[in-house]
Amino acid sequence: MTAARRLGGWAVRNCAAAVSLLTAYPANRLSAQDTSVVDRGVRVGIIYRPGVRPGVVLLPGRPAVPDSVRAIVARDLDYSDRFEMITLPGGDSIRLGAAASPARSSERGRTGGGEAAGLNYPLFQALGADFAVALAQAADTTVVTLHDVAAGGVRREVKKRLPPPTSPDFRLAVHRLADQVLQASLGAPGVAATRLLYVMDGKVWRIDQDGADKKLVSSSDRQAMSPAWAADGRRFAYMEFWAGHGQLFVQDMATEKRAAVVTTGAALDFTPAFSPDGKTLAFSRAIEEGTDVYTVNLKDNCCLQRLTVGRFSDNLSPTYSPDGQRIAFVSTRAGLPQIYVMAADGTDQQLFAPFDYGVTGSSNAPEWSPDGQSVAFHRDVAGTLQVFVLDVRTRTVRQLTSVGRNEDPTWAPDSRHLCFVSDRSGYRQLWIIDLETGRIRPLLQQSGARLPAWSPRLPETAASTP
Amino acid sequence: MRRLPLLVLAGLAAAALAACGGNPPPAQPGPQANADSIAAAERARQDSIARAEADARAREEAERVARQRAADSLAAMGHTTEAVRTMLAAMIHFDFDKANIRPVDAGTLDQKVGILQANPNLRIRISGHCDERGSDEYNLALGNRRATAAKQYLVSHGIDAGRIETVSYGEERPIAQGHDETAWAQNRRDEFEILSGGDALRQP
Repeated sequence: MTAARRLGGWAVRNCAAAVSLLTAYPANRLSAQDTSVVDRGVRVGIIYRPGVRPGVVLLPGRPAVPDSVRAIVARDLDYSDRFEMITLPGGDSIRLGAAASPARSSERGRTGGGEAAGLNYPLFQALGADFAVALAQAADTTVVTLHDVAAGGVRREVKKRLPPPTSPDFRLAVHRLADQVLQASLGAPGVAATRLLYVMDGKVWRIDQDGADKKLVSSSDRQAMSPAWAADGRRFAYMEFWAGHGQLFVQDMATEKRAAVVTTGAALDFTPAFSPDGKTLAFSRAIEEGTDVYTVNLKDNCCLQRLTVGRFSDNLSPTYSPDGQRIAFVSTRAGLPQIYVMAADGTDQQLFAPFDYGVTGSSNAPEWSPDGQSVAFHRDVAGTLQVFVLDVRTRTVRQLTSVGRNEDPTWAPDSRHLCFVSDRSGYRQLWIIDLETGRIRPLLQQSGARLPAWSPRLPETAASTP
Repeated sequence: MRRLPLLVLAGLAAAALAACGGNPPPAQPGPQANADSIAAAERARQDSIARAEADARAREEAERVARQRAADSLAAMGHTTEAVRTMLAAMIHFDFDKANIRPVDAGTLDQKVGILQANPNLRIRISGHCDERGSDEYNLALGNRRATAAKQYLVSHGIDAGRIETVSYGEERPIAQGHDETAWAQNRRDEFEILSGGDALRQP
C-alpha cells in the first residue's frame, strides 16, 4: 500500500520533470538518452513521451492478498516501464467501487468479479487509468483481475495458486503474475520473471530483476568471472581461476551441479557464451600466441574449434546473434580493441561497429540483443567507459550513457532494458536503464557488483529447487 | 759333584712321590679348558660390544659432524636460496594498455636469465596483471600478453620455453588498492613464482 503510493508519487513527480524538459528531443525508438544525474537520491531529466504509456492503477483487493504479493506486482508493473503507475487519491483507504453486496462478494469464484461488478470506470478514466488491476485472495488461490477501463469491463482474470511466501519459488511465481498482467493488457511479454547473474568479491550471485532475493550460486571458493546464461534459463556458464589457468564450467541452476568444459589444464579460457540452441559454447582462450575465439560441443564436451587466428592480435568476448548464425566479438587487429562480427563458423570476419582510427577509444564487452537488432557494448570515451548501442541493420552506433563510468551492458529478454555497471552514484554498482523511456534505476545498493548477465524468461521449473 | 746327582735324584723321587701321593680328579683338565673358553668367549663378547659401542660412538660422532656440516652448508645455501628467490620474484611493470618490456626492466629480466641458467631444474610461472581502468575481460587478454612478453624475453636469451608457464589474472588481483596512477602503475605488472626446483638455488 505504502509502496504503491510511493511509486505513484514518483511517477507523478517525474511526469512533471519530463514535461518540463521535453522540448527538442525527437521521440523515436531508442532516442532516449541517459541524461539523469543521481545526486542524493534526486533524479532529474528523465525523458519520455507523455501520454503514450497507458495508466494503470492497482486496486485494493478484498479479501486482501499478502502485502508482499501486492508490493511485488506493483513494483514489477512499474519496472516494466510500460505503464504510468497511478496513485489513488487518498490512497487505498477510499471506497473505490460502488457498494457490492457482501453476500455476492463472498461468493466463491466471484470474488474478483464482485469487485469488477461495481468498479466505477468513469472515475478511473478521469484519473488517467487505462487499466485497473485487482488482486484478491480466495482461499489458497490468488485472483488477479484486469479491468479495461476504457471498455468498461474485465479483460482477463488469472487464478493462481502461489507457493507460500517462505518458499524459494514464491517471488518468481508472483513475478509471473505481473508478466501475465502485462501480456493481457499490452500483448507484450514482460521481464518480471527474470533474474540476473553477476560477480561480486570473486563469487557469482543471482538476483531477481527487482533487486530482491540475492543468492550465492558459486559452488567453490575459487575466484570466478564472466557468468553467462544458456537460452533455456536452466544452465549458466562461468570461468574460474585455477592454478595457472582459467577453467570454464557449466552449472545447472536447480541442482547446482556443475561440469568442467574442455579441460586442457594449461590454457586460460574465459568469456563463455552459449549458442542459442544451447549445443555450443563459444569462449576466449589465451595462449602464448595470443587470445582467440574457440567453440566446443557442449553435449559431448568435445570437438574444440578455433574460429579466429589472431597471431599478433587478440580476439575475445564472443556473443551469438539470436538466430545462432553470427558471432560478434572483440578484436585488436586494428590496434585498439573494437567490435567485429563473423559467421558462427568463423568465416567472413569483418568490422561491426564503425570507429575512427586513432580517435575512437577501445570498445569491448559486446552483447547481442535478444531481438537481434542491436549489439550493446562499452567504449572508452575520454578516458572513461560509456555504454553504446550498435544498430545491426544500419551499423550505426549511439552513445547511451554519459554520467560517470558505465560498462558491461547486458540485455533483458525484452531487448529494451539493459543492466550495466556504473559508478554514477559514487561507487560501482549495477543499474538498469529502459531504452524507450530513458528511465534508470539501481538494481543493487551495494558496491563492487560487476559483470552482470540478464537471464532469458525463466521457465516454470527453473525456479523449483529440489 | 757327587751330591748334585743325588739332589737331582732326590728331586726326581720327590716329584715321583708327589705324583703318586696326590689325588687329582680325573676330569680336571676338561673343566679347566672349558672355563678358559667361556672366559675367552666372554672377553671376546665384551670386546666386540666395546668395539661396537666405539663404532657406534664414532658413527654417531661422524653423523653429528656430517649433520652439523650439512646444517651449516644448508644455512649457507638457504641464505643464497633466499637471496636468489628474492631476485627471481622482482616484478616488472608496464605502461597503460601496453605489453612491451620497458628498457628499465631489461636488467631485472637479465637477472632472471642468469638465475634460470644457474639452476637448470628451476621452473617458473609468470603471471600478467592489469590496472582497473580497462575492461575486466579484455584485461585477461592484456595480462596474457604481458606474461608472454616476459617469457619471450627469457626464451630469446636462451632459456628453454618448457621451463616457463604463463597465466593472466587481468585486474582481478591488484596489489595496490588505490584508484590513482600510483596504484595503477604498481598493478600493471608481471609476477614471477617458482613452480619447482626451487628448494636450493645457486647464485647466478
